[in-house]
Amino acid sequence: MTHPIYLDYAATTPVDPAVLAAMQPWLADRFGNPHSPHLWGYEADAAIEVARGQVAALLGAAAASVSFTGGATESVNWALKGVMTAPGQTRRRLVTLATEHSCVLETARWLESIGCALTIVGVRPDGIVDFDALDAAMGDDVALVSAMLVNNETGVIQPVADIAARAHAAGALMHCDAAQGFGKVDCTGLGVDLLSLTAHKIYGPKGVGALYRRAGVALTPLLHGGGQEDGRSGTLSPALCVGLGTAAALAGERMAVDAAHAWALWERLLGGIDVAYRVNGSLTDRWFGTVNLGFPGADPARLFSAVRDLAVSTGSACASASGRPSHVLAAMAGSLPGLRIGWGRFTTDAEIDTAAAVLTAAARRLGSIAA
Amino acid sequence: MTPIYLDWAATAPIDAAAIDAMADAARQWANPSSVHRAGRRAHGLLEAARADVAAALGCSARSIVFTGGGTEALGLALAQSGSRLISAVEHDAVRAQAPGAGIIPVDANGVVDLGALDAMLATVERPLVAVMNVNNETGVIQPVAEVAAMVAAHGGTLLVDAVQSAGKLPLPAADYVAVSAHKLGGPPGVGALIVRDHVAAVAKGGGQERGQRAGTENLPGIAGFAAALAARAADSGWLDRATALRDRLEAQLPGAVIYGAGAPRIGTIACIGLPGVAAMTQLMALDLAGFAVSAGAACSSGKVKTSHVLGAMGVGAGAAGEAIRVSLGWTTTAAEIDAFAAAWRDMAARLGRKAA
Repeated sequence: MTHPIYLDYAATTPVDPAVLAAMQPWLADRFGNPHSPHLWGYEADAAIEVARGQVAALLGAAAASVSFTGGATESVNWALKGVMTAPGQTRRRLVTLATEHSCVLETARWLESIGCALTIVGVRPDGIVDFDALDAAMGDDVALVSAMLVNNETGVIQPVADIAARAHAAGALMHCDAAQGFGKVDCTGLGVDLLSLTAHKIYGPKGVGALYRRAGVALTPLLHGGGQEDGRSGTLSPALCVGLGTAAALAGERMAVDAAHAWALWERLLGGIDVAYRVNGSLTDRWFGTVNLGFPGADPARLFSAVRDLAVSTGSACASASGRPSHVLAAMAGSLPGLRIGWGRFTTDAEIDTAAAVLTAAARRLGSIAA
Repeated sequence: MTPIYLDWAATAPIDAAAIDAMADAARQWANPSSVHRAGRRAHGLLEAARADVAAALGCSARSIVFTGGGTEALGLALAQSGSRLISAVEHDAVRAQAPGAGIIPVDANGVVDLGALDAMLATVERPLVAVMNVNNETGVIQPVAEVAAMVAAHGGTLLVDAVQSAGKLPLPAADYVAVSAHKLGGPPGVGALIVRDHVAAVAKGGGQERGQRAGTENLPGIAGFAAALAARAADSGWLDRATALRDRLEAQLPGAVIYGAGAPRIGTIACIGLPGVAAMTQLMALDLAGFAVSAGAACSSGKVKTSHVLGAMGVGAGAAGEAIRVSLGWTTTAAEIDAFAAAWRDMAARLGRKAA
């Protein structure tokens, strides 16, 4: 059989050959522990520091503010638990949004279970934060506000800088889950205190991410031990760190090219679908490489089964297996559940044309309304 | 960061005075064709606005037929009977509304080939000829007066698309001139066809606009149109300032290709090629750097297609796909232009074809 067309870039991306090439030496003869005091250790440590600088450059931040982690989920856990349980923390409320990734929402609910206060702020029908509700949630008991940059199910971009300004006005810290935004959209000037990012959404390897922490922000360690990453213990993998650093540097160089490619494919896909559809979420404030499309009259589960030639999803990869309805779409009034389709650097015009034809045929077969 | 807006040829910010005039007119919500007192007052406002527009443009009030924008104005003229000749660089609003028209070629700068036009005029009876005043992608100014004389000598009628030039350059003398409010600080959705004699209505109905365009008049939009023209006229030096800034910009872009530079151009538009970098990539890079510009015409919701204008000028599809349009307006500053030039050079260094 032929492989389906991979259109699930929001779940994960292929590793860029340049990233793989940069990683390979660190998996072979340059195997040292970066924390060892000898040649093998020194060269591995030097490679990690180059990678740290590459990640920091894309954030417009100092290298020392970046700590490597095992991925965005770990970064988010560290940021949220680290702030809410920091020594001397006098504020007990965490404020976040209804459309956050489950790693934020589940961490938040766990914090609530151990005594923190939690406010989950709703969003408008287009997926953008409801600022009136956010303002109502802000008070002098708020320790941390957490909002994502690019939504993993819809591609909608939150006005993070505006949310951060409100957090700071209330004396709270601001965390941003940028797993889907780092390396794709400009992350300088967000004005956040903490930012979580990952490698495998930007053509890097799985199993590595980072937490940006503004100097002076106190965090309780998440992983206690040798203290390698300033409060995050565990031997770092030079190969994975180099993979993240190289992916970040490449994404920085290619940001305009990648964004233009994504936008062109967006126009091509939506222009090529010949049945009625609805794009869930804002049409303007978004990353144009992810779309959540509902087809009136076509059940999402049946639609998913009918497009087996396309590797797409019905929501986040984490939740797809559970069969639960998407909490993101549920939070957006008037949304129409359907398919999440994601494309990127290696997606071709021909693949998008095929996808448009397959989606059109499937929606027609399922009784969707012709355009 | 607020983006720096350099896409004035797509549309311009609506003047505060125009917004005020629209709000005032909207409170006079009566139908200008109603006979009662409120209707007569609205009618008075409409005719006052018409007189203001006429004075600012330099035409008679009687010659103005208000429309729902430049595209409708062009369509009204093009709907008149007869065979049609249009220049190869006309806006899509002309091209699409003149199917089957003969195409008048242009030279490498995008200027209409007058010799070719003369030859074409000899082959058709009393044609309707459409030549734009200022091209929307390159800013090139057409020799409209010469065209008008040739067309008149052959007994034809001339339509000039003045959407990019109205309120900026003197109104050309032609049988029909199409203008639009939103390119000069007025609201979108309002335009006019300036008619020398009379034009047969396309939208038929209640007989408004002296039977030439039916439909209840858009009084708030027309009032905004008049106010915007007044604001432009009140600052007569703005176009010279913009022209100096455009020249200052083009002088700061090493390696750039400036299209139409060999012809007279309006000072608000620059069409800039960067060899080796796709226009959409340039738009994204400049957007990331905080600048709003466009690739050719902005008319199809983000779609970027190869420019027929550059194609008609003999530019290959590859190079034509590497051109962006930078357009300036009355509030554009030297600081904005210098910041853009720096961002463009940075982009060219990162993405451009490396020197051998």
